[in-house]
Amino acid sequence: MKPDHQIIADIVHEGAHILDLGCGNGELLSLLRQHKNALVQGIELDEDQMHTCVENGLTVLQGDIETGLEDYPNQSFDYVILNQIMQEIKKADFVIQEALRIGHKVIVGFPNFAHLSARTTLFLHGRTPINEALPYYWFETPNIRFLTIWDFVDYCEKKNITIEQKYFLGKSGLIHFLPNLFAQNALFVLARP
Amino acid sequence: MKNNSLDIVHTQYVTFAEPPDTLQLKSGRSIGPVTLAYETYGKLNPAKSNAILVCHALSGDAHAAGIHKDDKTPGWWDDMIGPGKALDTRLYFVICSNVIGGCKGSTGPSSINPETGKPYALDFPLITIADMVEAERHLIDHLGIEKLLCVIGGSMGGMQALQWTSAYPGRVLSAIPIATALKHSPQQIAFNEVIRQSIMADPAWRKGYYYEHGQPENGLAVARMIGHITFMSDQSMEEKFSRKLKNDNLSFQFVDDFEVEGYLRYRGYNFVKRFDANSYLYITKAMDYLDLSGENFIPDIKKTTIRFLVISFKSDWLYPSHQSQEIVRLLKRKHAYTTYFDLISTYGHDAFLIEIDDETRLIKNFLANIEH
Repeated sequence: MKPDHQIIADIVHEGAHILDLGCGNGELLSLLRQHKNALVQGIELDEDQMHTCVENGLTVLQGDIETGLEDYPNQSFDYVILNQIMQEIKKADFVIQEALRIGHKVIVGFPNFAHLSARTTLFLHGRTPINEALPYYWFETPNIRFLTIWDFVDYCEKKNITIEQKYFLGKSGLIHFLPNLFAQNALFVLARP
Repeated sequence: MKNNSLDIVHTQYVTFAEPPDTLQLKSGRSIGPVTLAYETYGKLNPAKSNAILVCHALSGDAHAAGIHKDDKTPGWWDDMIGPGKALDTRLYFVICSNVIGGCKGSTGPSSINPETGKPYALDFPLITIADMVEAERHLIDHLGIEKLLCVIGGSMGGMQALQWTSAYPGRVLSAIPIATALKHSPQQIAFNEVIRQSIMADPAWRKGYYYEHGQPENGLAVARMIGHITFMSDQSMEEKFSRKLKNDNLSFQFVDDFEVEGYLRYRGYNFVKRFDANSYLYITKAMDYLDLSGENFIPDIKKTTIRFLVISFKSDWLYPSHQSQEIVRLLKRKHAYTTYFDLISTYGHDAFLIEIDDETRLIKNFLANIEH
């Protein structure tokens, strides 16, 4: 099990209603259904990945997450998940606000651009960082924005979003010391104030 | 997959709304008695929980799968229904009936009016998709089935599936509306109106009372030709016909020089042999009247537990994807857990009858996860 999936599976409660934005092949949703008896809905654009979801018995909508949330009534889900997708979204702020409207809580996971290896590559080698969390060359990356842990904390403060829980992940387990330097990935549980 | 066909199948009939009863129609009129032609494939389990209702499109009939003893033409969705197929007859009890207003064994304008002893013709009341579903509900009652595992159909069949979930949300566990819409757009109504006008403009239509004289062949053929143009896509027509000539050179006469013209004529005039012109009028009108948009869709229910698999095809311009996406939007408002695919296909509206592999893959897995 991927460490970020393990953390999310620990966060959500038994029987939770979950919407996963950019659910990919449904690996996380399958896990949540299996271990937490969760009622799950995914939104994805890639047809092949969606077929895998349906083969695994998941409900998945083909759609754009930037326009696909508006019809959900307020507080439709216990958790809305944005895991490893926010860096690919054009209207990130809008999607996070919408997610907070339709979900009681929002789980956001993203690669930390200020990780030590990224800083070193940029500073010493003068090249765009490539590591486990940011594995793409500039000409093939789906990522359209790069952000750091502190960037995200600043954003939540500015937008008056409550950070209920935060987890920082390194290569082997959780990072507690200088996370913006040593964590490759971050997971935040957000709520409206 | 083609080898796994059903054996010989039989069309059966059920009659209801016999005097003193009648079937109350949405128009305010009523009709009776009503006969529905239907076929079933597979076995109903003892709990009666494995029934799937297949609803046919505009020109379809009850013969959805297998072959008849005296006619080796397989049913219209034979690729999808049978052992091991999308609607696996080893697991499910599959039902398909001809709609009321049709001409393939169910009561319609070409049926004998018991009051006159002659075909109803235009004395037949206008029917709606809701009336079709009401008639199907009588059949489902007759078969002793309380809850359908699934209602599935493409095009007008999808409209019936949507109507089922709205009229009888408690009797449907899941629905698969394919290449369909909650309501016809003005463009769709316009095509249907041109189709109706081409029938009614044929002097042989005789204001609908043509049964003693034969069908309005030319009008009905042109109507069907219009239909066939709307069922294909620009790309599928290019691939199928391009500008290929039937003979090697242009005739410089008003004949069918191009293969596409020959195809339309063949399809049009073949259709006259198997379909009643008045049924075409009644059924297209029923489609135009449907409006399940907004609050009309699964009314009075805030959260629905019916599972939906909604499918559209990217090249379908008759029932464009945005109409399926409108269904999905309403389902989101109902907190429904929904699967939606906008499948890649070049076949236009016909895709729902052609893209068997993709549909099979989706429908099989979807049905396997409906608890019943």
